[in-house]
Amino acid sequence: MATILAVDDSASMRKMVAFTLKQAGYDVVEAEDGQKALNAAKGKTFNLVISDVNMPIMDGIQLIKELRTLPNYKFTPILMLTTESGADKKTAGKQAGATGWIVKPFNPDQLLSTVQRVLS
Amino acid sequence: MSIDMSQFHQVFFEESFEGLDSMETGLLELGQGGEDPDLINSIFRAAHSIKGGSGTFGFTAVANFTHVMETLLDEMRDGKREVTTDGVNLLLASVDVVRDMLTAVRDGSSLDEERVGSTQAGLEAMLDSTEEATGTEEGQAKIAPAAGWQIVFKPLPHLMQTGNDPARMFRELAQLGDLETEVDLTELPPLEDLTPEECYLSWKLSLHGEATREQVEEIFEWVDGDCELNINPLQPGSAKNEDTPEIQDEVPEKTKNTQAVSDPAASKNSTTTQKSPARAKSGGDSGSIRVGIEKVDALINMVGELVITQSMLSQIGEDVEEFDQASFERLRDGLQDLERNTRELQESVMRIRMLPISFSFNRFPRLVHDLSSKLGKKVELKLSGEGTELDKTVLEKIGDPLVHLVRNSMDHGIETPDQRVAKGKSETGILHLNAYHQGGNIVIEIEDDGAGFNREKITAKARERGVIGENETLSDEEIDQLIFEPGFSTADEISDMSGRGVGMDVVRRNIIDLGGTVEVTSRPGEGTTFTIRLPLTLAILDGQLVRVGNETYVVPLVSIVESLQIRDEQINTVSGRAQVYKLRDDYIPIINMHDAFSIQERHGEYADGLLVVVEGNGQKAGFVVDDLLGQQQVVIKSLETNYKRVKGVSGATILGDGTVALIVDVAGLIRLSRKKSNSTLRSVA
Repeated sequence: MATILAVDDSASMRKMVAFTLKQAGYDVVEAEDGQKALNAAKGKTFNLVISDVNMPIMDGIQLIKELRTLPNYKFTPILMLTTESGADKKTAGKQAGATGWIVKPFNPDQLLSTVQRVLS
Repeated sequence: MSIDMSQFHQVFFEESFEGLDSMETGLLELGQGGEDPDLINSIFRAAHSIKGGSGTFGFTAVANFTHVMETLLDEMRDGKREVTTDGVNLLLASVDVVRDMLTAVRDGSSLDEERVGSTQAGLEAMLDSTEEATGTEEGQAKIAPAAGWQIVFKPLPHLMQTGNDPARMFRELAQLGDLETEVDLTELPPLEDLTPEECYLSWKLSLHGEATREQVEEIFEWVDGDCELNINPLQPGSAKNEDTPEIQDEVPEKTKNTQAVSDPAASKNSTTTQKSPARAKSGGDSGSIRVGIEKVDALINMVGELVITQSMLSQIGEDVEEFDQASFERLRDGLQDLERNTRELQESVMRIRMLPISFSFNRFPRLVHDLSSKLGKKVELKLSGEGTELDKTVLEKIGDPLVHLVRNSMDHGIETPDQRVAKGKSETGILHLNAYHQGGNIVIEIEDDGAGFNREKITAKARERGVIGENETLSDEEIDQLIFEPGFSTADEISDMSGRGVGMDVVRRNIIDLGGTVEVTSRPGEGTTFTIRLPLTLAILDGQLVRVGNETYVVPLVSIVESLQIRDEQINTVSGRAQVYKLRDDYIPIINMHDAFSIQERHGEYADGLLVVVEGNGQKAGFVVDDLLGQQQVVIKSLETNYKRVKGVSGATILGDGTVALIVDVAGLIRLSRKKSNSTLRSVA
């Protein structure tokens, strides 16, 4: 079953995402900031990374850049969690190498359908 | 599938309140002149998180409100907007509003909608009106052509390195209708020049069906900028061209990663975190507690010891055939160990419920800041002993009294800068909150270097109110204590925070209800100090056991002033029934415990008995008892939940021998007896 890395400094969001995905049968690992996520990614190769943008220590954009330098993550789908007004974040994310984004606020069904889309 | 999101709500509320606290601290710092970009960024992030979370969990009003805050903060952190005092104050007010909004959502309490609206309007007004409405591009007419779409899709070479996969996109398109694909291989280099990670192919796609342009565009949404994309309506009538080879699965080579089967990364967060500050203050008790892991570990150790002792003791019981001296000694040693283990376990468990008083002290920087500006005074707040721990319930209940005392100090104690300078003091007054452990109590001091009490004014007011007699003279300490009388206030006008005259007596009542005491000492011209003493826990009481007839009662040690042998000549009878005892210069009412609790009337003179002098609610009285038994800690059990509320009794406990002893409510009993003797007086008169 596919493994997903969920990154968000907000515990409630992170847990909601993890729970939703686990219910659907995915394996999920959580990380609360970019650095922890990067470490996790180096230890295990995930099929998908979902990350918030605004985080302490290492933000989402930086995380994407770092991930893309890893040999195992050149083609891995990486989705950003952005807000509708964060157009500049989408651009920055894309430049960093993000695959796409999920707009907050989203409900679990939207999350799942996007994830299924990307992992099919 | 539907997932019940409410299971995440509590975490969301906890972290949002924490976030609001950190925003407030940050904003206060910002207000002091720190234009640190990291600081602004962290304030922004907190607002952003709350906005995101509240949107996700459906708290739309909160999301909308925090969105405006976030926008303002965004401009500040980008340097587009200067950080001004007005801005900071408005944001501080907004933090309060969000707190109220979240509390209303969580507890179902009422919300001042008007305040929300006006604060939000204030934020919006402050924001530049040139803020562009960032929205999705509208205006694409939803034309659903009968035939479909012709799509020319030319990825840029790096497209796959964004994790996007043309095959996936085509599969999605195929779900919208009948899809034909035609691949263009012209850009494909010879094998030796081919870089596997790059995309050299492009496609012409025909999607037949009723899909809308939006639906098609949505599929390519993520790769906008990584490709050339042309979407044109298919001419109605163009049928599927069967000659075009359908090459749907031919995709350029890419290095796809096989799923590595490795050990699951153990990066799960544990729910008990090391000394992390939990949410606090707001009266809403969410019924959960965060405990430092070392406390839990200590607890586990204690229980371990207990188990060992218990098995040792049962061993003694089993081994022995005959109970001789040696086994008796072992038994006694074992029992001592047991006592020690139990006591340590008890302390350890109680410590779990203890939190540092900083959770209460935290609200004061903001309060002092706001009050200072409101009152036009300069006040510096000093906090010490914030790490002193006390029981969670006591902590929650001591908050309001502390606030009242601080407000009182700021309102009546500390003078305006002009007044202070005129007196030769520094412009800025000092308000010092201090906490420390003493004996089995926590002591909290609130000290100001303000004006101190105007004793003449207080005495005059007390005479006016009839609290003291016209000719009564009181010592300085007694005058100071007068401020705790109900309805007492010397404020000339009722300022909206204190001075309503409902304050101090309620404060004292609240503290007494917690099993504590409050005292005040004042130095006119120099300042005032309030000293609060609270027990470290509500569940346990230091008690003096007394015998009344065949019954044992417990009198709280904290209320006992002294105990003495009764001397008949000191007893005076007033109006035939009520009796008083002359204790040095005082006459204190005698309460005969036998009478009070309807225990068989003692025979004989008082000389056989003892007088326990107690104090409750500032009044002294003497309890007549037969004997003083030991002093011990008793566990308070509620009478109310097990039976019903009884006047004069504050609870019950189970003694070592298994019998029940009632715990005397000192203040209540004094009140009761007074009523009784008043009514007897009336009937006599």
